[in-house]
Amino acid sequence: MNKQPDEHLNQEMNSIELIIGKILRIGVIISATIMLIGWLLLVITGKTGYAGNFHPTSFQQIIAGTVQLKPDAIMMLGIFCLILTPVLRVIVSIYSFFKERDMLYVYITSFVLLVLIISFLIGLSQA
Amino acid sequence: MLETALIMIVIGILAGIAGAILGLGGGIIVTPVLTLGFGLNIKYAIGASIIVVIATSSGSTIAYLRDEVLNLRVAMFLEIATTIGAVVGSLLTGVLNPKYLYVLFGLLLIFSGFNMVRKLRMKANDYGTGKDDALASKLELNGRYYDKNLKQTIDYQVTNVPGGLSVMFGAGLASGLLGIGSGAFKVIAMDTFMKMPLKPSSATSNLMMGVTAAASATVYFFNGTILPGIAVPLALGILGGAVVGSRIMQVLPTKLIRIVFIPILLYIGGNMLLQGFGVKL
Repeated sequence: MNKQPDEHLNQEMNSIELIIGKILRIGVIISATIMLIGWLLLVITGKTGYAGNFHPTSFQQIIAGTVQLKPDAIMMLGIFCLILTPVLRVIVSIYSFFKERDMLYVYITSFVLLVLIISFLIGLSQA
Repeated sequence: MLETALIMIVIGILAGIAGAILGLGGGIIVTPVLTLGFGLNIKYAIGASIIVVIATSSGSTIAYLRDEVLNLRVAMFLEIATTIGAVVGSLLTGVLNPKYLYVLFGLLLIFSGFNMVRKLRMKANDYGTGKDDALASKLELNGRYYDKNLKQTIDYQVTNVPGGLSVMFGAGLASGLLGIGSGAFKVIAMDTFMKMPLKPSSATSNLMMGVTAAASATVYFFNGTILPGIAVPLALGILGGAVVGSRIMQVLPTKLIRIVFIPILLYIGGNMLLQGFGVKL
């Protein structure tokens, strides 16, 4: 009797972890590739694409700089993608728990996402 | 330019390996190297350290998820406490004198260090120490992992959920207020308070740190404290190092991981205590 739910729980966790692992790997590979391209451009050309110690920080500057193939802008884009990978992990977890009908953990993980969003907004307002 | 970048990659690889094995963010290694070794402004070192934490977390989690060492439910449940702690911490900046926090956290780390020394004397398979806990069962926190060193699957029970939650809240508070990854506290919350085995504790700490760091990282990103020329080679090195480190960790004996962890714990604890008393190192 005791073994049945245990096995089920184990299988459930396995599939959740596999999905999260896969998506996380894709996210990490994408951000690493973007960072690597920017860094190689920096090393090859020896120029950051900007004057002095300036580097782009707003979305507008980063996207404009990336289109013009400026190394610093591409690297910042890669860093931003890397920052998003843990958030992506939380979102995928919510979806996976939902698919497994584990509502308790859907609520728990959604709450974590909510707090993340709040802290993100607080951060932006202080920046 | 190329020389600095290559040094950053090497530092990154080493920090990634160490961070993944011990469940620490790696900021502990990178921040002193950048400030003392390269004379970088502490402001930029903290910006780089946040990226280091995320890279270690994401890099090692890829391996840990596939090998099922980490406990996803424990991570998500405890994240409630760390993220709320981080928000409260960031709101308290400027209100609360961090001096007292440094002393408090320094003492907690040193206390935990001695606690871990006691655990060292236990047998290598010091798992399953937790008793049946109603709350942990209800939350389905109990888990199992395959120990590649012992070559067996280990079932473990989680206990003292409120105690773990409180330490996690403190860890979040510290990262929000002091700008640290506080991986050491996360490992302690699980290993010492909740009686989880060290390996799942370390792996789960790695997963959690990335989520906590992501919130504050955006602030540093937009206010320009993250220097791409330094953060990128570091992050690339760390991603590689963390993948390697998470593989190494699984075949190491738990005892050896503790032996490395304890002096680092005492070092950080002593450092924080001194800082609390106004001594700058």
